[in-house]
Amino acid sequence: MAQTQENWSLVIEPRDKWWDLKLNEIWDYRDLIMIFVRRDIVAVYKQTVLGPLWFFLAPIFTVLAYNFVFGSIAGISTDGIPGPIFYLSGTTMWNYFSTCFTATSNTFASNANIFGKVYFPRLVAPISTVLSTLFKFGVQMLMFFCFLGYYLLFTDAPMKITNWAWLFPLLVVMMGGLSLGIGILLSALTTKYRDLRNFIGFGVTLLMYVSPVIYPVSSVPAGYAAFVRYNPISPIIEAFRLGFTGSGTVNVYDLCYSGAFIVIVLSIGALMFHRVERTFMDTV
Amino acid sequence: MSETVIRVENLSKQYRLGMVGAGTLREDLTGWWYRVRGMEDPYLKIGDSNDRTSVGNSDYVWALRDVNFEVKRGEVLGIIGKNGAGKSTLLKLLSRVTAPTTGNIKVKGRIASLLEVGTGFHPELTGKENIYLNGAIMGMRRAEITRKLDEIVDFAGVQRYLDTPVKRYSSGMYVRLAFAVAAHLEPEILIVDEVLAVGDAEFQKKAIGKMNDVASGQGRTVLFVSHNMTSVQAICSSGLVLENGKVAFMGSVHQAVDRYLSVGKEDLSKSIFSFNKYGISINRFEILTTTGPSNKITPHEPFSIVVGLNVAEPQSKLEVNFAIYTERNTKVTEFGTKYHDFNTERAAGQLNLEFRTRTNPLAPGSYYLNFSVSNSHGQVFHASHVLTFDILSVAFSKFDRYPKLGESIIMLDTELLESH
Repeated sequence: MAQTQENWSLVIEPRDKWWDLKLNEIWDYRDLIMIFVRRDIVAVYKQTVLGPLWFFLAPIFTVLAYNFVFGSIAGISTDGIPGPIFYLSGTTMWNYFSTCFTATSNTFASNANIFGKVYFPRLVAPISTVLSTLFKFGVQMLMFFCFLGYYLLFTDAPMKITNWAWLFPLLVVMMGGLSLGIGILLSALTTKYRDLRNFIGFGVTLLMYVSPVIYPVSSVPAGYAAFVRYNPISPIIEAFRLGFTGSGTVNVYDLCYSGAFIVIVLSIGALMFHRVERTFMDTV
Repeated sequence: MSETVIRVENLSKQYRLGMVGAGTLREDLTGWWYRVRGMEDPYLKIGDSNDRTSVGNSDYVWALRDVNFEVKRGEVLGIIGKNGAGKSTLLKLLSRVTAPTTGNIKVKGRIASLLEVGTGFHPELTGKENIYLNGAIMGMRRAEITRKLDEIVDFAGVQRYLDTPVKRYSSGMYVRLAFAVAAHLEPEILIVDEVLAVGDAEFQKKAIGKMNDVASGQGRTVLFVSHNMTSVQAICSSGLVLENGKVAFMGSVHQAVDRYLSVGKEDLSKSIFSFNKYGISINRFEILTTTGPSNKITPHEPFSIVVGLNVAEPQSKLEVNFAIYTERNTKVTEFGTKYHDFNTERAAGQLNLEFRTRTNPLAPGSYYLNFSVSNSHGQVFHASHVLTFDILSVAFSKFDRYPKLGESIIMLDTELLESH
């Protein structure tokens, strides 16, 4: 038959090539990503009285609590920076990571309803999550800069903005990439084996304690330094602090290590995600 | 017009039933190990065919097995089959919600599926926002949606509520909006699943019209899945009957509907129950239609209830009675030996009774039978729901029109005479 030679626009087969991530297809769906981002931002605060004010309230109370518990009671060092700025810089960066990570690691479960009915590249969902969280992050960052401005201009706190601040956009991209990578990796693993899901909740908390969120790397005792040092999040947070407050323990190699880690985790995550996405509906 | 746009080859889908647990991991690893060595996954060789009613002995089941068919451009294909015959699985594979186990599907052009209404609709967002969301999920570009926005809103008829969150919509409005978006997607292939059941009559008409336009006017292809034979016959040009995950028939829509209706005639008409009391046992119980045993009866078609009793001891005051109830437990009527000149004193032996209706005034819908046997000891046996049967809502000509399914209990066989 001559017809068998025709160009089919789509061939649905049991298995794809494992390396073919169809990234061009994700580009075709870029409008969907933007609409998802918009949906996430708009929908969360509809029918709440305070609306986007919640973006500010949560970190402010967190920082107050940290300042009280870790600063006043436990007396943990803040590298000489005022407590509020120190904790705010840590939690703002950390929150971006943990929010993205928690949401993306749940991609399949929370989107089962849509995934079960329509096809679109599944990576669109976690990517849009990371982008929409960026909005919340931006608002909180704005608040951080207000505090920072206040401390720089009206107090004589020992702080200065250094050239590392130029790396800020890169740091945000790295944080987003890392959370996306680990998130989709775990989401791929949790669809069938749900045991992991129990781990995610307290895993995030544990991870925070080995990241320099409430303490600076410089105050970590030598015996435990490795935990913090090989945590790819540490250089990102420290570089951020170094940039905007002038105190932080980080060098270019640490950042390169983080970068390499992120690239590897993203690749493995994307491959695993791709393996699962075609049949996850049967197991979810 | 005769170009093939969908070709399905040896398509199979296996599902694993039951629990996911430690055993799952072992089976996964085994399957993976076989594939690594370039061998066939051993779990693909086992598995039961997909028959809901029989208890299988494997945890694996084939929802679809070796399905082959082709669809041509402009064809409106009705996919029909019992619950669990594999219709939804086929649609899921076509819309790429899940991947097949073996075989492949080749498609030419964009597919849009309307598996369920309002996919991705977010209750907090407004109608307009949801049009964009829904459209984008189905693969439309933003500019494309903007261009068609007026048309979509017009078709759905929800202008007034465009800036209202869809959670305030009635379910009908919800469906209209969802269908409107899908209908304006301009896909080469549109998959529709039962969605028409929800809207009101006016909208159903509109939707059917749109589907016909899509197919005939614009040369696109529609796959339509429904249990409603009337709408299948109204819309589709050809039909595909699935039975237990296999293609039982593919051809003209009328033959397909006939085939589907005859499916029930083999396995559902015989009621499975037994009793043995005071020497009475039952060995036959079924409904006979003009074409044989079946529990699917066409409108106005007379039918018989056939009972076979094995009487081991002589009986006195023997009675066999029935009652017909609607699905909603309204009693329609009763009948039985007590309404006939029936000899209630019986010697031992086989007793075959056939209760034949001369006419059939039952309106389309589902009914069930209660059955009782009594003798001089009183009631020997009584059971409700011994048998269910359907009066179908199938039109064989355009003059056949019936009360809406399940709404009326009886319909009169009337003639219309006009005089001047």
